[in-house]
Formats: sequence, C-alpha cells, structure tokens
Amino acid sequence: MQVNNNFEPVIVAFCCNWCSYAGADLSGTNRLNYPTNVKIIRVPCSCRVNPMFILRAFQKGADGVIICGCHPGDCHYTSGNYYTRRRITLLYSMLDFLGIERNRTRLEWVSAAEGAKFAATMQQFTEDVRKLGPNRRLEDLRCRKQ
Amino acid sequence: MQRIGVFVCHCGTNIAATVDVKAVAEALSHEPGVVISQDYQYMCSESGQNLVKDAIKEHKLSGVVICSCSPRMHENTFRKAAASAGLNPYLVEIANIREQCSWIHKDIATATDKAIILGKAAVAKVHLNAPLTAGESPVVKRALVIGGGIAGIQTALDIADAGFDVDIVEKKPTIGGKMAQIDKTFPTLDCSACILTPKMVEASQNEHITIHSYSEVSDVKGFIGNFTVTIKKKARYVDEVKCTGCGACMEKCPMKKVPNEFNEGLNNRTAIYIPFAQAVPKVAAIDPNYCLMLKNGKCGVCSKVCTAGAIDYKQQDKFIEQKYGAIVVATGYNVINLDKYDEFAYNQCPDVVTSLELERLMNAAGPNGGTLLRPSDKTHPHTIVFVQCVGSRCDDEKGKPYCSKICCMYTAKHAMLIREKYPDTEVYVFYIDVRTPGKNFDEFYRRAVEQYNVHYIKGMVGKVTPKADGKIDVQASDLLANEQLHINADMVVLAAAIEPDKSARPLATMLTTQMDTNDFFTEAHPKLRPVESATAGIFLSGACQGPKDIPETVAQASAAAAKAIGLLVKNSITCNPCVAHSDELLCNGCSSCEKVCPYGAITYQDKEFRMPDRTTAIRRVASVNPAVCQGCGACTVACPSGAMDLNGFSNSQIMAEVDAICK
Repeated sequence: MQVNNNFEPVIVAFCCNWCSYAGADLSGTNRLNYPTNVKIIRVPCSCRVNPMFILRAFQKGADGVIICGCHPGDCHYTSGNYYTRRRITLLYSMLDFLGIERNRTRLEWVSAAEGAKFAATMQQFTEDVRKLGPNRRLEDLRCRKQ
Repeated sequence: MQRIGVFVCHCGTNIAATVDVKAVAEALSHEPGVVISQDYQYMCSESGQNLVKDAIKEHKLSGVVICSCSPRMHENTFRKAAASAGLNPYLVEIANIREQCSWIHKDIATATDKAIILGKAAVAKVHLNAPLTAGESPVVKRALVIGGGIAGIQTALDIADAGFDVDIVEKKPTIGGKMAQIDKTFPTLDCSACILTPKMVEASQNEHITIHSYSEVSDVKGFIGNFTVTIKKKARYVDEVKCTGCGACMEKCPMKKVPNEFNEGLNNRTAIYIPFAQAVPKVAAIDPNYCLMLKNGKCGVCSKVCTAGAIDYKQQDKFIEQKYGAIVVATGYNVINLDKYDEFAYNQCPDVVTSLELERLMNAAGPNGGTLLRPSDKTHPHTIVFVQCVGSRCDDEKGKPYCSKICCMYTAKHAMLIREKYPDTEVYVFYIDVRTPGKNFDEFYRRAVEQYNVHYIKGMVGKVTPKADGKIDVQASDLLANEQLHINADMVVLAAAIEPDKSARPLATMLTTQMDTNDFFTEAHPKLRPVESATAGIFLSGACQGPKDIPETVAQASAAAAKAIGLLVKNSITCNPCVAHSDELLCNGCSSCEKVCPYGAITYQDKEFRMPDRTTAIRRVASVNPAVCQGCGACTVACPSGAMDLNGFSNSQIMAEVDAICK
C-alpha cells in the first residue's frame, strides 16, 4: 500500500474518567509526547462507549478510534470494562463483516499510573492508522467538511 | 438560543508557551451560541473566577466552557464559581488543553489547532448540557479501619475520640502490627512496646472500638456514606469470650515445632498460641496447619487443660455483614522476599539476617532474651556488617525502584545500640547514600559515626560467602578509597526493601481504588489530598500508601481519621447527579439494563400510560434509583430502544463531541 506522508489521521480516543483519562493526564504531567492527531473524549467508564459512537466517528471522517479503560479487575465500577471488552469484540466481527480494517479500532487498558504506556500506545496507534491511510469505506461523504 | 461564554486560561506559561491562547479564544468566538470569548492569565485565581462570574451575570450566560487544565484538577472550582453567580454548576464544561495538549506537544501551530478542536468539542457538548440538581444520601455513622498496626490503631482511636463507632479488622490474631516487633525506635531510642502497648490496650477498652482480630474483609459493596462490608472471622478454634489468655494450653501443647512468625521464624511456638505476651485481644488461636487434633483427629490436650472450656475444634469461619460510612485502609508493609538475592547468602547462612530479624534478636522478649547472639552457634558476634539498599533503589526486576526510606535510620539505630551494649563489637555499614531528612535524624546519624565510631563505608557489598570456620567473608568495594575490601564478619544484616502487604492488591480491587505500579495505594492528589483515595469515602493511612516511619505513619493516621470524621459528622452527603435515567415512553421493559447494572440501581414498575387512541395501558418500565446509581453508563449501551441515558454524558452530548472532533 502506498503511504501518504502528508496524511494526518483524525483519531478519537475515548478514555474512562478513573484510569485512562488520569493516565493521559499523567503523560501530560510527565511531558511525554504523543501526536496531536489524538483527541480525547472523557467518559465515566469505558462501558459508556456505545459502539454507535465509534461508527458515528467513522461516519464523520475519523480514521481511527481507540477506547481506553481500566485494567480488567480494576474497574471503578467493578465490571464495566468487561462489558466493553465483549461489546468491542462483537463490534470487531461486525467491522470484519463490513470489510473495515480491524486496526482502525483498538481497545487498550491503561491505568492511572501508566502515563508512559498511554503516550506509547497513542504513538503506536497513530502510526498504525497512518499506515492504513484515510478511512474511505465508512466515511459518509455528505458529512465531509466543505 | 444558547448564550455560551468561553474562557481560555494561559496558566502562566504552562499553556500559553505552546498554545496561542488568543487565537484559541478568537476561533471559539465564532462558534454557534458563543457570546463572549476571553483569555486570562490564571483562570483558577480569584480574579479569574470573578471574570467568569461577572460574565455569567453580565451576558446572562446559559453555558460556560473553560479551556484550562484537566477537569480532574479544577472542574469543581469552576462549578462552584458558576453556582455562586447563579448558573447551574453542571452547565460548565472543561476543555483540557494543558495535560492533554500544551504539555505533550511542542509545535505551536498544531497544538493551537488541537486546542481549538478540543474547545469546539466542549462548546458542542455544553449546548446540550442540562441543569442538574444533586440529590442527597444518608451517611452511616460508623467507620471501618482495615489493618490493626500503629496506623490502624491511631486512626481508630482518633475516630472513636470524636464519638463515632469504629471497627478494626486485623488478619493476625492480635493487633499491633510491625511496631510490636520492633525493639527500640529512632531517633529517641525509646522502647517501641512501651509506647505501643498502652495504645493497643486503649483501643481494646474504648467503648466505641470493636476489634475483629484474625479476620479479613471478604466483600465490599456500596459507596461513600453507605458501604456494606462482609467481614470473614476466620475460625481460631478458641472461643474469644471464654478464653482468659492464661496460656496453660501453650505449656501443654505437644506440637512445639512451629516457626514463630512474631520472632520472624528465629524460634518456635506451639500450635495453639498467643503471638506475644501483650497481645490484644489476649486470646489464643489454633494454627490448623500444625494442630494434631485438627490434622489427624488425635490429641485434644488443650481442651483438657483449658479450665475455661474455650477450645472448640468444630469452629467454622463466620461472616458478618456491617454497614459503614467511611473506610480507612491501613494494611501496612512487609519486608521483601530475599530468595532471589543469592549474593547475600541469606538462605544459606543463618547468620545473615534481615534488619527485622535483628530487631527480634536484640529484643528482651525475643528468642535470646535480649542478648545479641549469632543464630547459628549462639556465640557473641565481634564483627557485624550492615548492607543498605538490599532491593531498594534497584532498577532490575529483582528489587524495587523506590527508596524504602526507613532503612538508613534504623541501621544507624542498630549500629548505635550494638556499640553501646557491646563496645568490643566492630560495626561496618555499607551504603549508597545516607538519607536522614527528618527532625533530629541527621544528628542521630552523626552520633552513630562520631560518638559510637560506627564504620560507614560508601560502597556496595558484592558477595557474602559463608566460610567453613563459621565466619562470613564479605567482599565489598570502598568507593571513596577506590579499593576492594574483604571483611571477616560474624554476622551480616541486610536492610531489605519494604513492599506493600500482599493483601492490599485484592483489597484495592474490592474497594475499587487505584494502586501504583508498586502496589502502593494511590492518593487522590499527591500534594493536596494525600490521605484520600480517588474513590470517595476511602481513606489511606500509613505505609499502604508509601514507605513511612512511625511518626509519619501516626501523622497520616490522624489525618485520615480527621478526613473520615469530616465525613461521618454529616447527616447526608450530596450525591453525584450524573446518573442514569430512563425515558419511560421509549422503555419497553426488556430488563437489559437491569442485568448489566453493577449496583442493582434499576427496578421495574408498572405504570399507566395514555395511548394515542385515548385508552390507558399499563406498561412495565425501568426506573433508576439515583441514590444507588453511580453513573457508569453500562445500562445506556445495553438499552436496545435508547431509553436509558446518562446525565452529564448523554448520547447526544458524546455524539456532539465526536462530530466536533471529526469535523
């Protein structure tokens, strides 16, 4: 596949308030760099992320979506991240069926202490999405910016 | 029409250095509904807050967006400011342009673009914010302290002093913890037991304190002000009420070869035991791993000699359920396992001991009655080598990356006590750095060097080799003299790193609190909220939060107690209004939401509805108990008809943020 060097992917990150959002804050406090492509949306728990939100992001032109939650067993709401894991697994099979590259969506566990992991994950994910190129299959052209 | 105010903070140069704040304010001023867009040096300062308040009044704002630091930092500050200006506090949104923008990016142009997009997302969200009113939920006026060491005891005493009931749960048969094992304390060299045991007695006699010894927390449910905790009272095979603590059973018990944990395994105890003479409660317990009666069904000597008839071989684990308003964690620390440190020959040579073992060897109630003798041949040691930082400040996988903090001081104490009592004994201390910050700490260390002639040598010990003649060869480097040393020692004492107790990790999961990578509990804010966990109603006391000496532990214990009392004196607390609610017209009563709710906050009711053809129909619809709902949002995704939504993080709000970011 041809890699477009000027392509800057749009990446939406859903972060749970208790672990991953704090992890993202920690990577800021420690001045750990990751690409500006990543924009974070705060949700109370990763289980608040409706698969519809992910599809909506793709429809609106996002090139990658990453969901970050507490590590299994550490959920602030005891079991929310288990629901997330199942729902994203189901979403994967739907995306596979539609022929959407699986690497555009990722689920990652980042604790409040893992600022370094957050930055590294975001760097890696941005590079992976950059290699995949723009999201053309799911983007609704009617939603495209004029 | 919405009237939204946008306020962009410079945060000194924290934001302004990498984000063009004026450009952000300018770009956001063109967003729909934005009537005022300003920037200011420090939004969180008094004058910054006044700027927001004045704008709310002057422009009759219906929503506020603050582009500043993380909402975890100042969301409450700005909510309060909005409320004082007459705007519902939940109509304030924060765009995080410091931790998640200016601090991580270096290029001004792209960072400014990102800040504008984050600001736009917040504006899009605040358009859909609804005014929310916080409900109230009652506070149970009882506290739970987990761990009965000095931290737990001090916390419990302070809470009880304020007139509230406290339960201490301790997993060992007695409270007292590590401090009970210690001989003397630095820097005053007073007797540890003499200052601890009166506190233990005070705790046991206080009418407000209940001690659950030999017990563990097995389940925690609920939330701040209203926790339901299940405590497992392990079977001790002795009736706590009947046992008088006379010790007759211990004299007659035939199983005498059980390693004594209280003396760090340096001598033996019996299968039925009271850990030490001043134990509280002074009630025996039977160790089921060694008791002949419990293992083989043959013996029963203790029940024959017990005049109180307290022995009960059929006792089972008991579970008690109790409600609490606040929980204080005081699970303490342990010394790390030294199995991986072959170079120090800890497992090969009995004369290589940890500092805690030395503490017992020198204690008057210890295995040698207070005379310092080598564990191997019970002779008096003439040369003792102390090794600092065993497993502390260590980058490899074997050890811990942090400084254990207490080792420098207790080693100075040990060295001083040995030189005082046995002036013919030479003491060497190998160190990387000597760290003595603290009141009278450096004076104490200098006394060890100058007055007691302890040989402090900067350098690490490379290898400890036990020799055939019973001596120990210690090979070390002297960094200042730049030479290799061999010391012919009689004893080697290792200042082993300390780590959080193993029970802390499963407990953190039960309490849904966070831990750092070393399994120490994480405080809500490292500087400003050091004794609270991020989970409301859970407080931290002592070494479970990080290595601490006794004065610091006691200070933190009292601080945690003060925070817990601050909660318990309230009759009710305001609850988070960001909870789920169901649209009864959309709900079809399928129970999907009820099944995923971790708190059981969703119930079903039959309600009458007026149908379009003017008939009434009774339908089963979900309703959420706002006092129980914690606002995770699991139900909102499970709901097939889109009837469930979450206040503050509604479907439309998150969609609006997604749209703003993707545009």
